[in-house]
Amino acid sequence: MKNNRIVREILNTSASTTVFAVLASFIVGGVLIAVANQDVQTAVGYFFNRPGDTFAALWNAVSGAYAAMFRGAIYNYNAHDFANGISPITDTLAFATPITLAGLGLAVAFRSGLFNIGANGQIIFGAMLSGWVAIYVQAPVYVLFPLAVLAGLVGGAIWGGLVGLLKATTGANEVIVTIMFNYIAVYLLGYLLKTPVLKAPQSINPVSLPVQNDAKFPLLFGSDYRLHAGFFVMLAAVAFVWWLLNRSTIGYQFRALGHNPDASKVAGINIGMTYILVMAISGALSGLAGASQILGTERVLTTGVAASYGIDAITVALLGRSKPLGVLAAGILFGALRAGAVTMQANQNVPSEIVLVVQSLIVLFIAAPPLVRAMFRLPKVVKA
Amino acid sequence: MKLELRGITKRFGAMVANDKVSLTVQPGEIHCLLGENGAGKSTLMNVLYGLYQADEGEILLDDEVQKFAGPGEAMAAGIGMVHQHFMLIPVFTVAENVILGHEPTKFGGVLDLKQARDKVRELSNRFGFDIDPDAIVGELPVGVQQRVEIIKALISDAKVLVFDEPTAVLTPQETDELMAIMKQLRQAGHAIVFITHKLREVKEVADRITVLRLGKVVGEAKPTDTAEQLASMMVGRAVDLDVNKGAPKLGKKAFVVEGLNAWNEAGTQVLFDVSLDVHEGEILVIAGVQGNGQTELTEVILGAHARTTGKVSLDDQDLLGKSIKQILDLGLGFVPEDRTQDGLVGEFTIAENLILDRSDRKPFAKGPSIQPKVVREFAQEKLKQYDIRAQSIDSTAKQLSGGNQQKVVLARELSRDLRLLVASQPTRGLDVGSIEFVHDQIIAARDSGIPVVIVATELDEATQLGDRIAVMYRGKIVGIVPADTPRTVLGQMMAGVA
Repeated sequence: MKNNRIVREILNTSASTTVFAVLASFIVGGVLIAVANQDVQTAVGYFFNRPGDTFAALWNAVSGAYAAMFRGAIYNYNAHDFANGISPITDTLAFATPITLAGLGLAVAFRSGLFNIGANGQIIFGAMLSGWVAIYVQAPVYVLFPLAVLAGLVGGAIWGGLVGLLKATTGANEVIVTIMFNYIAVYLLGYLLKTPVLKAPQSINPVSLPVQNDAKFPLLFGSDYRLHAGFFVMLAAVAFVWWLLNRSTIGYQFRALGHNPDASKVAGINIGMTYILVMAISGALSGLAGASQILGTERVLTTGVAASYGIDAITVALLGRSKPLGVLAAGILFGALRAGAVTMQANQNVPSEIVLVVQSLIVLFIAAPPLVRAMFRLPKVVKA
Repeated sequence: MKLELRGITKRFGAMVANDKVSLTVQPGEIHCLLGENGAGKSTLMNVLYGLYQADEGEILLDDEVQKFAGPGEAMAAGIGMVHQHFMLIPVFTVAENVILGHEPTKFGGVLDLKQARDKVRELSNRFGFDIDPDAIVGELPVGVQQRVEIIKALISDAKVLVFDEPTAVLTPQETDELMAIMKQLRQAGHAIVFITHKLREVKEVADRITVLRLGKVVGEAKPTDTAEQLASMMVGRAVDLDVNKGAPKLGKKAFVVEGLNAWNEAGTQVLFDVSLDVHEGEILVIAGVQGNGQTELTEVILGAHARTTGKVSLDDQDLLGKSIKQILDLGLGFVPEDRTQDGLVGEFTIAENLILDRSDRKPFAKGPSIQPKVVREFAQEKLKQYDIRAQSIDSTAKQLSGGNQQKVVLARELSRDLRLLVASQPTRGLDVGSIEFVHDQIIAARDSGIPVVIVATELDEATQLGDRIAVMYRGKIVGIVPADTPRTVLGQMMAGVA
């Protein structure tokens, strides 16, 4: 299938191409920041009188924006004390948690030759099921908390596994099915939030009750920081996916299927069953992202629970070349972009949408390796 | 017309496909271009036909230097090509096909088919082709379709004719007929380039032989040279073309197929009442021209075919209805027809490929985990045992040559406890050296008491390897005969005549 070949090609891009793609995106992003800047526009108006002003304004605009992003995402060197200074990096890691989890899910599918773009729906299903357990089930903490996390995992696994089942039994294309399943999940959540199933009894808005305290992911550094224990779940998931893809027998079969379904079939691998398993595991990881959202960050169910993580996860999985550590690195980068965007807008008046532009550019540059190679004069990787 | 290639060099990146190749073909001469797969024969002909541009060297026709930007110009200059895969439109008639590209038109742009029909009839009569210009090409037998290709070349006044592996798709009879046609064309004064790696054909028709190896001309040979001499020139070392195998020591009847019918996905019946049996320690060759149901038969044995009736049993256990995995577990070793598609995962390393059908079994797996150390040790051992030429066990399968790829497949399949070995065209596309090795391995498997089923499309392989030969034609077994049955009889059976 054509789309699978493109994914495979993207996953085969070299590490240097990826790094340069990110770099190029920031450069183009810088150009956009400069162009949109009021001071730059004014200075350009009298460029021929005092060209120095234009360059100064350019420098101020771009460096100011990226410095603000750094302060918002990594370390705030303007903060009064160390505790406030490191706050941004914890924000970054908090954002990175769901993005990386969902990215890992997609990475598993991509490596198995399935272009799962249904992370959005799988996150929502995980969040829905996890949220329902966390809000309504009465149990002691040592039962309730694991149960709520497990519910997220199962929710995602069901929603993903169904896609695998449809592909295995009817040959339905997973790209189309996952897109449709995203819509179903979005609107089902919206609907349930208007019915007593999930809606808070007193509320007129489509919002659920808050989750019980016992079901929450504990905050790691107190209530001033967003980072929660879901971060460790994410790290464990990175290790698990590494083991799954590189050391486990089913992971071996996943990869064999991803590279060559025909040979896999002849070797006795049950293709249909493997499709279901791949999609279930892929969905389960996205479901965990949903659980991390509802139990760690959002704490109430709204229609916005999945944010744009489902889409970000696709980019993150591709950027990380669907390797667990790569996905982790890409996830943290995207967490940083998200955390930094807020400061950038508040401090420098740079629209936070510029971050979306940078993210999109990264995809564009990775999807067009020849372009990146040409820009940076990298040699073409020839595989014998 | 005299054709001369002078110092043709063609590079693809760092790879030199043709290295200063020179070749002269006189009118009224059949010049054989002999070489293994990848020796650069096809590249050279594509340069001649204008599909590639040579990096160095020139093409001369009657001592005049030519430059071909594309096949159109080559054709106009009098070069005709009979492709291995026919370039014909199956729903068109013969006449419509042969004028394709240079349609004769009457006033007002009306197609002048009558002129084309007359020309086809005239050429057909002159060379005894026996072709009806109004026949639909898709309904003609393969051998006749090839003659349409030849007419197509002749009708545009080709003086130099290139035959690119023309016998690959033909029955032995059709091959003989083609040889006769080539001789006739020679008589008529055409210069003929005949590309092949089949020594028997070379010896029969060639006037002169040029041997290519690794893109270079290694020398000229005479048609009177022995097949061994030609093969050694081709491979670059002494080769033994005979298969050394002793008399079979037959055990009990182990593998039985009875009244097997099968239908493909589209619902067309592809196997008709197929019955055969194989004893322990015996090689049964399924011979036939490609596409007569052999592929389907092996698929049924593997368990990859769903719609079947009849009986297939191994050691009294029914195979029909079982999954591929179950059948492999019963001890089926399977060497697929297309190793790159069905036998190997190209992106996987040799070590990974060697456990493809046992990735979840002991000793390669312990619980849910693969044991990398065991896998690697196993791979090292097989690399040595099967003489797989690779940089290391971490080389990917697609980096290997065809012969080494096949060795990986064989190493994997033969290192299980086998109760049955099924190999589909196990030497397809392999060089002479690898063929020797593969044959030896198959015979060793037989001698260890395993029943073996080989699908062969080449008569030589069938008669050399087989203890008995079952001939298939259009999904039926035409007959099961001893291996010393004369070629002509086998050929007739393969053509469905007997």
